[in-house]
Amino acid sequence: MNDMTVVDNTVETQSIKIAAKDVNVYYGEAHAIKDVNVEIEDKTVTAFIGPSGCGKSTFLRCLNRMNDTIDICRVTGDILLDGEDIYDKRVDPVQLRAQVGMVFQKPNPFPKSIYDNVAYGPRIHGLAKNKAELDEIVEKSLRRGAIWDEVKDRLDKPGTGLSGGQQQRLCIARAVATEPEVLLMDEPCSALDPIATAQVEELIDELRKSYSVVIVTHSMQQAARVSQKTAFFHLGNLVEFGPTGHIFTNPEDPRTESYITGRIG
Amino acid sequence: MPKKHGNSLLELTDRTKRRNAAETRFKAYGIAAIAIGLLMLVILITTIVGKGVGAFQQTFVTLNVELLENKLDKNGNRNLDDIKKVTTFGYAPIIRGAIEAKVKELGIETPLKSKDMAQLLSKDAAAQLREYVLAHPDEIGKTVEFRFLAQSRVDGYLKGRVSRDSIGNDKNISAAQLDLVDALVKVGVIKKTFNSAFIFGSDASDARPEAAGMGVSMVGSLFMMLVVLALALPIGVAASIYLEEFAPQNWLTDIIEVNIANLAAVPSIVFGILGLAVFINYMHLPTSAPLVGGLVLTLMTLPTIIISTRASLKAVPPSIRDAALGVGASKMQAVFHHVLPLAAPGILTGTIIGLAQALGETAPLLLIGMVGFIASNAPDSVASGLLDPNSAMPAQIYEWAKRADPAFYERAWGGIIILLVFLITMNTLAVILRRRFERRW
Repeated sequence: MNDMTVVDNTVETQSIKIAAKDVNVYYGEAHAIKDVNVEIEDKTVTAFIGPSGCGKSTFLRCLNRMNDTIDICRVTGDILLDGEDIYDKRVDPVQLRAQVGMVFQKPNPFPKSIYDNVAYGPRIHGLAKNKAELDEIVEKSLRRGAIWDEVKDRLDKPGTGLSGGQQQRLCIARAVATEPEVLLMDEPCSALDPIATAQVEELIDELRKSYSVVIVTHSMQQAARVSQKTAFFHLGNLVEFGPTGHIFTNPEDPRTESYITGRIG
Repeated sequence: MPKKHGNSLLELTDRTKRRNAAETRFKAYGIAAIAIGLLMLVILITTIVGKGVGAFQQTFVTLNVELLENKLDKNGNRNLDDIKKVTTFGYAPIIRGAIEAKVKELGIETPLKSKDMAQLLSKDAAAQLREYVLAHPDEIGKTVEFRFLAQSRVDGYLKGRVSRDSIGNDKNISAAQLDLVDALVKVGVIKKTFNSAFIFGSDASDARPEAAGMGVSMVGSLFMMLVVLALALPIGVAASIYLEEFAPQNWLTDIIEVNIANLAAVPSIVFGILGLAVFINYMHLPTSAPLVGGLVLTLMTLPTIIISTRASLKAVPPSIRDAALGVGASKMQAVFHHVLPLAAPGILTGTIIGLAQALGETAPLLLIGMVGFIASNAPDSVASGLLDPNSAMPAQIYEWAKRADPAFYERAWGGIIILLVFLITMNTLAVILRRRFERRW
């Protein structure tokens, strides 16, 4: 009986990719995130929704320590990636970010060629031994980013010359090129038109097969379409977290209900 | 037709009329301001060119000189050491003979003695002859054609600076000599031609304005610019990158920032006296050396480079840094792989403008004594390098401008033309670089 429990626990911890415990974030005096506890599962799309300024982007940026670049930002509590505390003193954020990739709100390709955009990550992490391997990684990543067919004939053209939707998919390809385990997306479609948005959403669903995806979005429809789990943030608190269908059809907290019915936000 | 409520749109209200009038007035002010600016520029350029262009022309006297063996090489064995013992005084009679022979050959009547005839030539002529003989000892005994510089009064006479009325008490030239000049000009022995020696030459003694040139001071300026570039660019860029990308935001960095901005506004003469106190009096670096000049100008240029570099680093959008950090680049990789290349054109432009500023700077150089008159000509002075006394272009111009002799004054204006050519070239280069490498993202 005792043995069984251990096995159960093992299965349970393996399927949980990121676990946040009592996370608080302060910007100087301002208390941006208050006691957030959340468990993000592997091979799942988790959506963070909530009104502007509720802290969902801040929390997302804690997951790969991008907040380290802000001097006045202070994080307390534990965030465990596969059971390891990413805020441990021994953790180098650079190594962490190779495992936890990020896609930003505004498409931000480097002003370099499409090839170099994707190859940059693998190059600095030494993932390819030679040019042939690098070519292979670039092609694989661009295919995963669902943009290979559109750019395969102009890999040496600047990435900044692509359309907004293509740029965002290029950024996704760039993020997956370093073989991350988790992909963080900060409102990846907010700068895109509906067609490009549909393409990126399709891509997110595809990416779920290989990664744990966390997406911050303003659009509740988008959260409903792409995610399996949804977390609702309000004024720095994690108000409600659960299966997406459950949150949208049967919210438990009145604040969640007001938000998804459009009364606050 | 329904009556319009309120005023008709077809009529201007008083308020609109007043606003339109104000706008027209403002445009007129703007155009007037630009017109005044352009007028000043035109006046400036015409004055400089008008006064300075004369310096690029020089009067020369062409003579056939017989290099007498009994005067130059008494032993007749072409031993260079013996030939060197003959000083320029020894060459003077040869020149006197040459011009007398020429005048006789042309059949010109003149009451002048050969000594007075030879006075038409620059005092540089004997040195020129001696240099030639030392370089070609086997020419001794032959007759060779030479183009000698005319002395500055003769040059001035041909350029209209000196007239028969103005030479009253001048002991350097007489009316009879001017008669001879007129006659020689008529037959083409004395001619005014383009003078490359003004650009590359260097002789700058008090007595020979006709031989003075920018050559050595150009080399001095070049050495200083190399020192400035080698020091100010790496130090300035490193400081800017640290302040902009790595330094924490606290009171210490705030103080540093304010002081860099203040340094940019410090008068250059302050840097000059600092250089005198620290580099020369305390560190005992050689006076008048381009190294010291370069160090002083580096201090002066650093704030300019730091400010422009920081501005161009700031102009790189933060999303590029996020992108690099997001794929796991370290801070330094993000800066050196992405931010710095994007900021490079701006840094380069700022550096060139800083260098141009330093090139035109005079005051600090006067304090560290970079107004040396260099006797050696271009090839020797280049070899002598960073630690030998030298001059710089603006300091040389200042030296010329403060002399009484109008021949030097003309050269000051000529020097300004050369300096302006350098400055305009550098600024144009900066503009081209900025245009060419301007990036969109």
